[in-house]
Amino acid sequence: MNASPSGLARLLNPIRKLGDVGLFLLTAISRMRFTALQVAETLRQVYFAGVRSLVIIVTGGFFVGLVLTLQTFDALSRFGATEAVSTILALSLFRELGPVLTTLLFAGRAGTSITAEIGLMRATEQLDALDLMAIDPMERIVQPRLIAGIIAVPALVLIFNVCAILGGLIYAVFLMGSDPITFWGNMQTIVELGRDFGHGMLKAVAFGLIAGWLAVYFGWTARPTSEGVALATTQTVIATAISILVLNFVLSAFML
Amino acid sequence: MNESSPPIRLRNVTVRLGGRVILEDMSLDIPAGKVTAVMGPSGAGKTTVMRLITGQLKPDTGEVWLGDQRVDQMNSKTLNRLRRGIGVLLQNGALFTDLTCFDNVALPLREHTDLPEQLIRRLVLLKLQAVGLRGAAELYPRELSGGMNRRVAMARAIALDPSVLLYDEPFAGLDPISLGVSLRLIRSITRALHTTSVVITHDVAEVRKLADFSCIIADRRLVASGSPDTLNNSEHPLVRQFLDGQPDGPVPFHYPAPELADQLLESERRA
Repeated sequence: MNASPSGLARLLNPIRKLGDVGLFLLTAISRMRFTALQVAETLRQVYFAGVRSLVIIVTGGFFVGLVLTLQTFDALSRFGATEAVSTILALSLFRELGPVLTTLLFAGRAGTSITAEIGLMRATEQLDALDLMAIDPMERIVQPRLIAGIIAVPALVLIFNVCAILGGLIYAVFLMGSDPITFWGNMQTIVELGRDFGHGMLKAVAFGLIAGWLAVYFGWTARPTSEGVALATTQTVIATAISILVLNFVLSAFML
Repeated sequence: MNESSPPIRLRNVTVRLGGRVILEDMSLDIPAGKVTAVMGPSGAGKTTVMRLITGQLKPDTGEVWLGDQRVDQMNSKTLNRLRRGIGVLLQNGALFTDLTCFDNVALPLREHTDLPEQLIRRLVLLKLQAVGLRGAAELYPRELSGGMNRRVAMARAIALDPSVLLYDEPFAGLDPISLGVSLRLIRSITRALHTTSVVITHDVAEVRKLADFSCIIADRRLVASGSPDTLNNSEHPLVRQFLDGQPDGPVPFHYPAPELADQLLESERRA
């Protein structure tokens, strides 16, 4: 059966989009320049994307740790193995939950804000103005935000993990009366720095690149209308969430 | 007239955008060191002319010359060098909202020169003084009116002392005072910097006060050019409709549609 031209176009559209996203990243990387102005702008973007995401990361981390320990503690208590709660908490956080949940929260808080900012810059001709001043908007706008994602997400993952362990500690030790020495001791004995913590941080760097990349891409390609910018921010969250969940599975399978 | 202010020439330019012909085999000469107004109805291709001059758009056929340099054949590196000599005032100013007025004006100086910060500060204050907004240097664009934002954008456009200045709809939406200020600034900047100034507008009354030379683009081509007085005496129907603001004429009032009676009868038949 022959596919109609419009059907074929619809079929090819996602492939074209993927190619477009890839080319965008290659262009951004090929035009990278590290001048003092660029470094200062990148640090400013790390502040906007990272520091301003702290409230949601700290709160999210704390409650994820709390609820994870609550459920694990309940399940383990049926087998009399509650001393393993800190190990399960640390392993699930370092390997999976920390990088994945932090990036999802980052995409919702900072990714959407980056997309909307760049989309509005296009709508208000600010990107055109840069181009007309012989300043490469890719270099001036895209590069600092892309690098900010790579720096901010791993740092936020660390903070998320610390807050989650704190939440777990409060529930297990202070509320359920577990022995704090067993809590910390088991965690230190079982968790390996390179394999568990290191792999999680590698994931965080990869996820940071993807979150920053998709946020700037959808902002850059947003239609310069209010509807276009709204659609672009939604696309950022959806595309980041799907990419992170799929990539997390692939990376976990390779890193086991 | 400054030797460095170049004339601009468009030769047999055709531009198609999204399958639509915007300009067709159009030629235009913009004299050096003068204020030229490019006028025409909305959607006639005035901004396209500006985008051709800055090299943001390449014509499908034809040539674009800035002095002795052919803009439409430049690669991005040469184009960037050329753009440092062109100041552009976009329709809404396009200031960076996260930077103060001072930093907005300082941006091209910081990017393209190695001047010490102290000298940049002096230059920026002088540019802001020229547009009457030295006192607003530390304010953000959101704290200023639309007219003031455009004046800051004007200061930014002249930051590198360009030889060509392009103004895209500089009078749109301005109150009479801001409009008067803008007119005076365009005139005084052109005189002081000896620039070739191009004003894209459809504001007929202001063009009479400002321009040394004006032209009207309509129906994909140049329909008239000359001094504002010459244009004023033109009998060309398109020129007359535009200058007199007639609602109907060669540029029709109605968007193309089937006959009203046919469409009404069709609706009745469907009901």
